[in-house]
Amino acid sequence: MFKLGATILKDIRILLRDKVGLSLMFLMPVLLVIVVTNIQNSTFQLVSKNKLSILICNRDTGQASKQLIAAIGKIGMFKVSQIDGGQNGKQIADAMHQQDAVLGVIIPANFSSKVTAKSKSIAGKALTSFGLQGDTLKKAGDIDPLTLYYNPVLQESLRLSVGGAVRSALQLVESRETLRSLYFSINEKPMPQKLEDEMLNNKTTINEVPVSKDGTRITPNATQHNVPAWTIFAMFFVIMSLGGSVVREKISGSFIRLKTLPTSYLVAILSKQIVYLGVTILQAAVIFSIGVWLFPFMNLPALNLPSDMLALVVITVVCGWCAVSYAILVAVFSKTQEQVNGFGAISIVILSAIGGLMVPSFAMQGFFRNAANLSPMHWCLDAYYTLFLEGGKLKDIVNNIIPLFIITLLFQFVIILGLKRKNLI
Amino acid sequence: MAINDPLAIAIENLGFRYPGNPDMLFTKLNLEVAKGERFGLFGPNGAGKTTLISLITGLLSANGGHIKLLGHEIGTRDHSVNKLFGYVPQDFSFYQELSPVENLEFFGAWSGLNKQAIKKRTDELLHILGLEDVRDKQIEKFSGGMKRRVNLAIGVIHDPEILFLDEPTVGVDVQTRHAIINYLLELNKQGTTLIYTSHQLSEAEGLCRQVALIDDGKIIAQNTLDNLLREYKQDNLEHLFLNLTGKEYRN
Repeated sequence: MFKLGATILKDIRILLRDKVGLSLMFLMPVLLVIVVTNIQNSTFQLVSKNKLSILICNRDTGQASKQLIAAIGKIGMFKVSQIDGGQNGKQIADAMHQQDAVLGVIIPANFSSKVTAKSKSIAGKALTSFGLQGDTLKKAGDIDPLTLYYNPVLQESLRLSVGGAVRSALQLVESRETLRSLYFSINEKPMPQKLEDEMLNNKTTINEVPVSKDGTRITPNATQHNVPAWTIFAMFFVIMSLGGSVVREKISGSFIRLKTLPTSYLVAILSKQIVYLGVTILQAAVIFSIGVWLFPFMNLPALNLPSDMLALVVITVVCGWCAVSYAILVAVFSKTQEQVNGFGAISIVILSAIGGLMVPSFAMQGFFRNAANLSPMHWCLDAYYTLFLEGGKLKDIVNNIIPLFIITLLFQFVIILGLKRKNLI
Repeated sequence: MAINDPLAIAIENLGFRYPGNPDMLFTKLNLEVAKGERFGLFGPNGAGKTTLISLITGLLSANGGHIKLLGHEIGTRDHSVNKLFGYVPQDFSFYQELSPVENLEFFGAWSGLNKQAIKKRTDELLHILGLEDVRDKQIEKFSGGMKRRVNLAIGVIHDPEILFLDEPTVGVDVQTRHAIINYLLELNKQGTTLIYTSHQLSEAEGLCRQVALIDDGKIIAQNTLDNLLREYKQDNLEHLFLNLTGKEYRN
């Protein structure tokens, strides 16, 4: 124990004097979390709070197009601006760029008259099918299509939901006209506004309930998503300092002396694991603290810590140990600091990409969806999201801890094999 | 560990070749060094000096034969035999980010000393080697001579029975060389066996009693320095060295 204690003390002293290593392990991840959360928070707000700017070029002069514009405005997700109806596609695109609008819609000329004609035709068919006398002679042509312009930066999912919203507004206008025609054909007077509202306005409300393990309603936001994800990235990034430290020791003269002393090199490896596990836990504590206390002062949502703190500690310790094991594994098989830094940095980025830190793993397809299971970051991220977003408890993340633990043990096994093969133990 | 064996080092039929190299460097090499001896191992570059010391200290594993230090076989999994010797490599073998005291604390612990023994030996060694004033300063900023003294202090922290010295005074000024050689002679008087290797043959003449010359993996001469000079009719070690190993370059 005395030897281990002396080695831990030596490693802590060297670590504290390595200013570059310390800033790589603490300053860079903190900056990363702040920058990424800020950027994603802006995107989150663009999608969830800010309305999407839409330019409407109305080439029609009738009522139906006005109703359509009003219906689009009522959806709530658009900030509607109208431009001169005489503009062509190129002018509309230019206007979108000038006004920072991500969407543009052209309502074709004669839209209202064609909607009215089609409504009367449908009403006539309906009356005939009811056994009443309907006007079936009038053949209505198809309504000319609306044209939707969009900025290519708009994500596929958002574009689809915009299309759906415009379609539902269009459906409302067409349904209103059909109902009015039907009512007029039967009663020979306009439909009362109250009845029209009752028939058209959707009375069934939808209650939106976030599905959490503990029943709490934690609103997902950029902070809740990014802080856990980039904390994992930071923990694995200790490879830059720890890997470098192992390789430096291996290629320095001190290593030759260590090999001649009556102590196993495993003591040195164990000491590094203990010291750097402490570093990873400290990294998580620092980043979480910044999320909780500093983010509100930076106009970012504060981080809500999970209710089960024991679970948070357990998964953080296991994740930290896994990160440290990976760093030592790479260092044992590297011959130079350049090798460990180059391979280490690139492999961490790849592991984080397939682990779902950059793109959610549920959005991945085929091979990469299965490959995510091989990344320790995937299991850790899944556990963090269960705790941070779903209000999960320790029992809910056991299925993440076990694979993470197995991967860590595998790393340890290969480390021992590597040390034996290189005659270091 | 019993250390009653009269021989500090006993090498018997040593065989060794580097992995990937089909040629044996050592074939049935034999060497004996008595306890308390001041033994110099000399040879041209590539002759096998460093490899032989690496085999004796367990840094390399032999392909055959036996190496015993004070009667204890080297190359087993038993680390306790490593307590018997100290090693002062040619390269600075310590942590330059740490101070002399911090290095001695760490290497003392790894050498099997307890806290009290480390403190006592640290104070003694820093005093003897003139490092008291810089005991808590980071070694990075030290001169070459100061670093050599730290290198030596770490090698003897645990008061070893046998001390291996690979170019212990290379690149130091006259004062530091003088201090180091005097300290080594003092250690030898107290019973430490010195195994010394260097290219500074004039320094070796003052330090070594027994000399072995190695070339191409073979011991080509071994005796006391006086006997060797007499036998080969040479007036100093350098002339003896050139006479036995030739004057052509070695790569």
